[in-house]
Amino acid sequence: MREHTAQERWRAARWIQALLPATLLACGIAAADANRYAQLRAAMLDAIRADYQDTALYIDKEHADPRVLAAMGRVPRHEFVAENLQARAYENRPLPIGHGQTISQPYIVAVMTDLLGVDADDRVLEVGTGSGYQAAVLAELVAQVYSLEIIEPLATRAEERLSRLGYANVTIRHGDGYYGWEQHAPFDAIVVTAAASHVPPPLIAQLKPGGRMVIPVGTRFLVQELLMVVKDAEGKVSTRQLLPVRFVPLTGGH
Amino acid sequence: MNEAFHTAARPPLISIALISGAALAYEVLLMRLFSILQWHHFAYMIISLALLGYGVSGTFLCFLQKRLVQRFTASFIANIVLFAVSTVVCFQVAQQISFNAEEVLWNPPQLLRLFAIYLLLALPFFFVANALALALIRFSDRMSRIYAVDLIGAGLGSLLIVVLTFVLDPLSALVVLGMMMMASVAIAAWELKAASRVQLTAAAMLGAVVMSWAGAHMHLAISPYKGLSQALRIAGTKVVDTRSSPLGFLSVLESEQVPLRHAPGLSINATVEPPPQVAIFTDADNMTVVTEDRADRDAFAYLDYTTSALPYHLRDPDHVLILGAGGGADIHQARYHGAPRITAVELNPQLVDIVRDRYREFANDILGREGVELHVAEARGFVARSRDRYDLVQLALLDSFAASSAGLYALNESYLYTVDALQVYLRHLAPGGYLSITRWIKLPPRDTLKLFATAVEALQRENEPHPGRRLILIRSWQTSTLLIKNGEFEDREIAALKRFAAERAFDVAWYPGIGDSEVNRYNVLRQPYYFLAASALLGPRRDAFYRDYKYEIRPTYDDRPHFFHFFKWRVFPEIMALRARGGMPLLEIGYLILAATLIKAIIASAVLIVLPLTYLRRRHSSDTRSGVSAARVLWYFFAVGLGFLFVEIAFIQKFVLLLHHPVYAVSVTLASFLIFAGIGSAVTQRTLGAGGHARTARYAIAGIALTAAAYTWLLGPLLAYLVAWPMPVKVIVSAVVIAPLAYCMGMPFPLGLSRLSAAAPHLIPWAWGVNGCASVISAVLATLCAIHLGFSAVIALAVLLYISAAISFPRVIAVSKAPGCR
Repeated sequence: MREHTAQERWRAARWIQALLPATLLACGIAAADANRYAQLRAAMLDAIRADYQDTALYIDKEHADPRVLAAMGRVPRHEFVAENLQARAYENRPLPIGHGQTISQPYIVAVMTDLLGVDADDRVLEVGTGSGYQAAVLAELVAQVYSLEIIEPLATRAEERLSRLGYANVTIRHGDGYYGWEQHAPFDAIVVTAAASHVPPPLIAQLKPGGRMVIPVGTRFLVQELLMVVKDAEGKVSTRQLLPVRFVPLTGGH
Repeated sequence: MNEAFHTAARPPLISIALISGAALAYEVLLMRLFSILQWHHFAYMIISLALLGYGVSGTFLCFLQKRLVQRFTASFIANIVLFAVSTVVCFQVAQQISFNAEEVLWNPPQLLRLFAIYLLLALPFFFVANALALALIRFSDRMSRIYAVDLIGAGLGSLLIVVLTFVLDPLSALVVLGMMMMASVAIAAWELKAASRVQLTAAAMLGAVVMSWAGAHMHLAISPYKGLSQALRIAGTKVVDTRSSPLGFLSVLESEQVPLRHAPGLSINATVEPPPQVAIFTDADNMTVVTEDRADRDAFAYLDYTTSALPYHLRDPDHVLILGAGGGADIHQARYHGAPRITAVELNPQLVDIVRDRYREFANDILGREGVELHVAEARGFVARSRDRYDLVQLALLDSFAASSAGLYALNESYLYTVDALQVYLRHLAPGGYLSITRWIKLPPRDTLKLFATAVEALQRENEPHPGRRLILIRSWQTSTLLIKNGEFEDREIAALKRFAAERAFDVAWYPGIGDSEVNRYNVLRQPYYFLAASALLGPRRDAFYRDYKYEIRPTYDDRPHFFHFFKWRVFPEIMALRARGGMPLLEIGYLILAATLIKAIIASAVLIVLPLTYLRRRHSSDTRSGVSAARVLWYFFAVGLGFLFVEIAFIQKFVLLLHHPVYAVSVTLASFLIFAGIGSAVTQRTLGAGGHARTARYAIAGIALTAAAYTWLLGPLLAYLVAWPMPVKVIVSAVVIAPLAYCMGMPFPLGLSRLSAAAPHLIPWAWGVNGCASVISAVLATLCAIHLGFSAVIALAVLLYISAAISFPRVIAVSKAPGCR
């Protein structure tokens, strides 16, 4: 390594002196930002809890799993959207992320994660990485997340983003999700966010007995229902269709 | 008032006909274009409101008519130039505005973009309406003739656009229309003997060249959330072919790297996947697939794992009729199950071309091979004409899940799923044969239940005392299949049904003898809704169920064929309260868009009608008092505007049932109405006898009322009688039947205008605007009335409107006549 001359050191000191206020200011702003985002995140969690109270029985959950909410309280959602949308990142709404894709509404992310019923040592497969937000929330809860994204720029960006944010337990691959990820199968849970005309048989095969798969059905901005595929301990598969909202189509004595 | 002008004394009839035709063609084309860019219902709303440009023109001319009429030649030509330029430019700008309907809930400023789109698209209609109104005012002594030419031009325009959209892609058709308008600039210049006609002709030619150059650089900015856009995001996909017709814009998509694997409704127990496929999108959505066939039967095993395979497990049908061949999936399914004789019907000839020619080898000639007989026809009309009886009639799943589940079809009439249609299918079943209808499953259940209700009603109409013994309903998480048998189901069939369902994890929702312990097993819903509904619909509690269920699931009939209309106002407050909590998809958005369009149109019309009136009152206070009552003028032109389209829209629907083809029926009916109304208008000039305007108008309206009322009764039997006749005969009969009605309908408007030109000429643009606004409201209101009351009620309302118009025909109040009277 090259020795610094006194002059150079002096010059560096001058630079530091000059930059110090700016650096402090920047740190201050960052801290204020972090604080502001933490507040927004807390408000987002309140919104999710309120939605849960309303829907309670309709998604077969009395309360939101506190672990899921805690995880969502840790993930910096604003990092998963474009800069011009960061201020809106914690609103309880979906946002466009380009390529005709969206980052889901926080409430829907919470319900889907909750329905998966994951444990700390689980291995989870995600089909359709998108922004990577759902993978990050899962990464807070489980041992290992494998995520597949078919749109290459999204895969690249999500991978870069998650590694920057320090999510070491998420592995992203650009590719087709139909065949799952044989190499890491079976999975305790699978979450599918990409559109498909049917539930891919290979994904059902890669689900562990006792495992669950959740698929939102609807459009990019409006989730109409959640399809949950359940594999029981004997390997028998059944599905459940859940409305993410309190609505009974049938009233009266029928 | 003609003395003031020394330009050409003859109205520019050719250019008037040209711009009227182009305006109508443009309207239809915009609908096409926006159905590709966005979704049909938004296209409907956008174009409906853009037509308010006519109303705006009326208001505008109230203020400026004098100045513009004085320079008639210049202002007429200038408005045509602006119309020509704006047809292309406004569309191009409007399509660049990225509007996403689904985001409105979260992002209300999106509505501003929508508003900008309305304004942009209203401009061309504003300019063309200016040109027409100026001509009417300038040549007020020949109003009837001008209006006649306007109507006939529009009638020809409605035919022209069908041809244009068949031979050209929609963007090229747009450019051709723009160029046609440029030509009419030159024609107008010569007709009016404009001083600078040579220069104008040169400029118009240059304009046309620029337009064709610009057209070559235009692209459709399709919403990124439509199916085609989404598919194109995947690496290795590309559009290899496109076809255009009024039936839809087809895009053929091949995927090199990632197989498409389109197999909706596939059982969760399936372990097989579809062979390689090619996708065909209609209007950038609604995907259907052509599947590779290497003469390996096993490759199609996946088709045995869908709910629609059920009938093949109950018996081996000899002759299968497939309604909606699409890319051929149902034909493959029938072949997989060994059906020896398959008749397939497909509406869209271009789709058939793609499957049969372009992918002949790939699909192993699925549409042309032995044992498959293909007909290009509308499904219901085909069955109605058919002399065969089938062992199985399969009504395929033709619409996409996304559009269907979002309630986007609420405005569409569907004559495939009415009680009357089901009766037609049932009568073409061989003894023991099945009618099988597959629909998407929605949560909460909607169309499957409505279909079940419709089937029960159809069976009862066929004098079946126990409809429940002839029905089977099964469901997966994604699709439901309803079987209606020509005969009662037997134990053998029930046993086969149970096996079929259990192996595929499909739930049974109804079969004769079903018990409540068998339902809701594999795809578990909060309640066994389908079974509960089926039991209720077959029992004495049916009406209570219709009433209490939160969606409209009563059967549909030909008179009210809105199968996809499920919205109930009663539930609206409940859903609105849930809208931000995931409740939005529960709303049947198509219906609400219709309602919103109506409200917007009424508000805008009120402004456009009232605003100039206050101004006119101030300026012509003496005239209005001594001329005619503004209230009468308002109601007369409003009622005539509403009535005209009410009749037109209702009869178009009646003739759809005869001509059995959405495009031909609409264009034949529309063109007949406009052309015969034009002839009626042209004749009014001569029939103006001593009795004058009011009496002629009364005769005309009596004619409309009597003919329309008579047709309400007579048309049904006549159309039923004609169903099996060849198409050209049916087209001619339709035109002949429409002629007298339309002939009378062409009279009231020019008679009213002509009266105004004598009594209160300053009110002409206002009346023009009122009529324009009424037309916009009318189209939307007619659809709403049809949804709730049926098309016969729309006709009855139209008759009442016309009668009220006859009563309110503008009367001259004072003896002193306004200047300019002849």
